[in-house]
Amino acid sequence: MPQVKHVPVRAGDVLLMVGTMKGAFLLRSNAARKRWEKGGPYSVGAPVYAMALDQRKGRHRLWWSEQSFRWGTVLRSSDNFGRTFTEPETYSIKFPADSGVTLKNIWQISMGNAAEPDAVYCGVEPAALYKSGDVGGTWELVRGLFDHPHREKWVPGGGGMCMHTVMPDPVDSKRMIIAVSTAGSYRTEDGGKTWRARNQGVRAEFLPEKYPEFGQCVHKIAQSTSKPQRLYLQNHWGLYRSDDGGDTWQDIANGVPSDFGFPIVVHPHDPDTAYIIPVESDEYRCTPEGKLRVYRTRNGGKSWQALTKGLPQKDALETVLRDSMATDSLKKAGIYFGTRSGKIYASANNGDSWKLIAEGLPPIVCVKAAVIEETKKAPRKALAKKAAKKTAKRAKR
Amino acid sequence: MAVTFLIPAHLAALAANQKTIRVEAQSPTVRGALEALWQRHPALRDRVVNEQGEVRQHINIFVGSECIRFVDGLATPAPEGSEILIVPAVSGG
Repeated sequence: MPQVKHVPVRAGDVLLMVGTMKGAFLLRSNAARKRWEKGGPYSVGAPVYAMALDQRKGRHRLWWSEQSFRWGTVLRSSDNFGRTFTEPETYSIKFPADSGVTLKNIWQISMGNAAEPDAVYCGVEPAALYKSGDVGGTWELVRGLFDHPHREKWVPGGGGMCMHTVMPDPVDSKRMIIAVSTAGSYRTEDGGKTWRARNQGVRAEFLPEKYPEFGQCVHKIAQSTSKPQRLYLQNHWGLYRSDDGGDTWQDIANGVPSDFGFPIVVHPHDPDTAYIIPVESDEYRCTPEGKLRVYRTRNGGKSWQALTKGLPQKDALETVLRDSMATDSLKKAGIYFGTRSGKIYASANNGDSWKLIAEGLPPIVCVKAAVIEETKKAPRKALAKKAAKKTAKRAKR
Repeated sequence: MAVTFLIPAHLAALAANQKTIRVEAQSPTVRGALEALWQRHPALRDRVVNEQGEVRQHINIFVGSECIRFVDGLATPAPEGSEILIVPAVSGG
């Protein structure tokens, strides 16, 4: 077994959480994002499809799913960036015995918004949503979606019947969008009691009816945090934008080499800027012409520009999966992606140029990024300074 | 009735580092023996069986040298004095 290395993570650092088919890795850098230090692996040997960092209420709780092909799928968390982590006696996410269903994988871990600072959500396979209202202490199947009449007609895509997108609205905690491959996207506006398919305008190339109510193979949806009604969608054939929270979708595949792909992310501060990595056809699923190109739109999808500086433009037959692209929240946004061939590329300037920051990793299935916030606990140095001031005041008296 | 489980290192770490565990089962089947094992070491349950109570796909259970998949599953007899072996399957990639 490989030696596990821990990285020292400090406030102000950028942390990349990288899930691979053989465990999880952490990469840290300071805000300059020039040098990266790699830690891990955690959950050695197991696929890690979902990672997240909870920084609400002063927490630094790292979450990840471990899909052991032997021992089943377990949700783990760590409050010290992997040095120690939970080993639950009983698995926290399990389907009810009467459902007849068994958990295959956890694909997504999402935090509730500011109004729900203790809520955590998991999107799982077979497609279902779980909610914890107590920061992961207990979990409940969201029955409103599990019992949805459409559910029996959902079918698995190539990756399984996965709920890969779980997006609590940044403002309205009753509202959430989820997406399932292959079912399409659904939205609740009453905290999960009822759900409506939200796929109008999204094509289902592989069905006799090209624009059905549901059944689309949505690969990923991204939501603008500054303008929550603005969504971008990478479909199994098709690239879309919605300006009404998913009610309707407009085709924005304007000038891209392929409208097939997996990941899509929105710039953290500009709702008109989004990033994709097109791949060639659903049979080949590699970057076209052996060129690794990120495509960026700065006008909501009216046009797309190839970003190539620092990316290999020859013999680069790469695949980037749906959850393997992320942005940080710094002013000059960091954009990151990981490939199935175990490489991680990073841009520290909104995508203008790129750098290979890690290679030789197992196939990458998940990349998440976070800027580490100060904990609410007063740091030791600050406490010592305060104490010294008090002593000095007393001495003056 | 007393039966003895032989478990792999991964599970032993969740069972006070015991690789051999003797339990008193209420019924003479593998299911009965496992129920007694879960009572003693609850952390083993979810790792060996799924939420429907089925043995996980890549776990094999033997009574003596017989794999229960080819006998009667969890209803396979496990009489007094049986040795029950839980082993991860040779699979993966």
